[in-house]
Amino acid sequence: MKQWKVFNQLNKSTRANVITIGVIAIIYVLCQLLIAVGALSNLMQGLLVPLCYYSILAVSLNLTVGILGELSLGHAGFMCIGAFSGAFFSRLTENTITSPWIRFPLAIMIGAIFAALFGGLIGIVVLRLRGDYLAIVTLAFGEIIKNIINVLYIGIDGSGFHFSMKDSLSLGLAKDGDIILNGAKGITGTPNDTTFTIAALFLIVVYLIITNLVNSRSGRAIQAIRDNRIAAESVGIDITKFKILAFTLSAAMAGIAGVLYSHNISTLVATPKNFGYNMSIMILVFVVLGGMGNIRGSIIAAVLLTLLPEYLRFMQDYRMLIYAIVLIVMMIFNWNPACIAWRKNHTIKGTLLSLLKKNRKEA
Amino acid sequence: MSFVSYLIKGVSLGSVYSIIALGYTMVYGIAKMLNFAHGDVIMVGGYVIFTVMSMMGLNPVIAVLISIIFCTLLGVTIERVAYKPLRGASSLAVLITAIGVSYLLQNIALLVFGADTKSFSSVITLPALKLADGALTISGETLVTIPICIIIMVALTIFVKKSRTGRSMLAVSEDKAAAVLMGVNVNKTIAITFAIGSSLAAVASALMFSAYPSLTSTSGSMPGIKAFVAAVFGGIGSIPGAMIGGILLGVIEILSRAYISSQLADAIVFMILILVLLVKPTGILGKKMQEKV
Repeated sequence: MKQWKVFNQLNKSTRANVITIGVIAIIYVLCQLLIAVGALSNLMQGLLVPLCYYSILAVSLNLTVGILGELSLGHAGFMCIGAFSGAFFSRLTENTITSPWIRFPLAIMIGAIFAALFGGLIGIVVLRLRGDYLAIVTLAFGEIIKNIINVLYIGIDGSGFHFSMKDSLSLGLAKDGDIILNGAKGITGTPNDTTFTIAALFLIVVYLIITNLVNSRSGRAIQAIRDNRIAAESVGIDITKFKILAFTLSAAMAGIAGVLYSHNISTLVATPKNFGYNMSIMILVFVVLGGMGNIRGSIIAAVLLTLLPEYLRFMQDYRMLIYAIVLIVMMIFNWNPACIAWRKNHTIKGTLLSLLKKNRKEA
Repeated sequence: MSFVSYLIKGVSLGSVYSIIALGYTMVYGIAKMLNFAHGDVIMVGGYVIFTVMSMMGLNPVIAVLISIIFCTLLGVTIERVAYKPLRGASSLAVLITAIGVSYLLQNIALLVFGADTKSFSSVITLPALKLADGALTISGETLVTIPICIIIMVALTIFVKKSRTGRSMLAVSEDKAAAVLMGVNVNKTIAITFAIGSSLAAVASALMFSAYPSLTSTSGSMPGIKAFVAAVFGGIGSIPGAMIGGILLGVIEILSRAYISSQLADAIVFMILILVLLVKPTGILGKKMQEKV
């Protein structure tokens, strides 16, 4: 009982944090137990790390879309930058820094910093644009990043780095040279440092950063900008600063997700599938379905929507069709005025109460 | 001479983009929504023509007509089933629904026609035009595409400015609530807009797949995105803006593909878009919105 007293004395946001982290931790332990007894199929085991980085992506996009209120369709671009810079670093230092315990955190830091730089850049652009115009600029940004990485060749030999935008031969590497980034063939042989434990840990870290930001003075300023930009400006909130802050932070965390992604696979290539606008849109779907501004909701939606196509596998060719239909139906159920009214009159609690009343009357 | 031929090719591709962009721009102007499924209507139009022509062996003109009717019905149905229930909901909710519709169309096409690339046979039988002793060749597709684009633009501008339906479209895009008070049937107007946009998508698909004949379930999405970019480029909501944006985009794409790098062409197009928007935040012909407190 005493423990509960301590728990209840915490303020509301801390309590919410403790609950969320607790739930993540319980799920983590549960998964580990299931793996230990061999109850989790290989397919599901392979999904554990993606679930974590998708959740991180959803949470970080929620900062721009839900909390800052700017529509971004280029989140996969930041992830791409993080993935490639992190993987580049790991491939480069694989033989000099042999301990993954030092190398991997450094890679994550580098991925986050590079993504943050670009996030800040986009943040500056954002200041001039509104709504759908901003959406198209972020979309364009994501596509540019993907395209440029596909023609970039970077190699290293005794005399230093060699760059080219033509092909790997024009790098002019010496015999001992090593092509690290091979254009459309990407980066191969990145050490597989990402484990479920690390990914889950970073999910918690990212969750904590965002919730703390939201509940801080800066977070309230960001939300004020979302609710009414002009009113926020007139009470002295520095719009420029907070918009750039939100974009930079969100990009940095997408970068972390990218590093986790690139160290979970053996060959990193930028295709329309993993870093194109389809990916950005998928993350946006997580955010909107989970509830804009609701960070827990983002994680839940990311997990559910990643698992859904896997559980629909038994329907084979029809699974993506079902996914699309589920998406449309869910959006209509969530947002149609008639459905909203219906839900208000038919809450679980209300239905149970009316059933009870009926029973009592009959008795 | 090669520069001129690239330029003509660019204008031709740009004309297709502007026809698609019209669909985006009109729907955006009236329903204030980004119809992400528009690109996939193009793909459906392509498959309809393909089916009618190579499986039933009918005349290309009939095939295109059937495709236009099919896409119009499809567009109206999509609006009725997926977007109408969400009228008044947040624009993001409608956007996600449109994405859902886009996935749906792609996957239906995948199930019906399979994953392999279909080779589209051109609906245009006009021979190529050779000028200046063969130094400059203009393909039949180009010869048809550019005039069709101009006809569509002129017809649409006259329709919107002069006809009763067109003027009610303008009224709805200006102020929905006031239009209702003036006796405009908003639901009907929006449905008509979707019908026009989708039929234009069918025309665009006939022209585009004739020039670029590979057809898969996702071959509508990239032109769709580019046309969307073109619409924003010219100022979303503006019909001449869509035309200018589309043609500029097509010319820039073909020229950078020819002279700079074929892999970087898309990146260059997008880069120029960002630069234009930095200078003119509402596009080339976009109206500057006054913000009210």
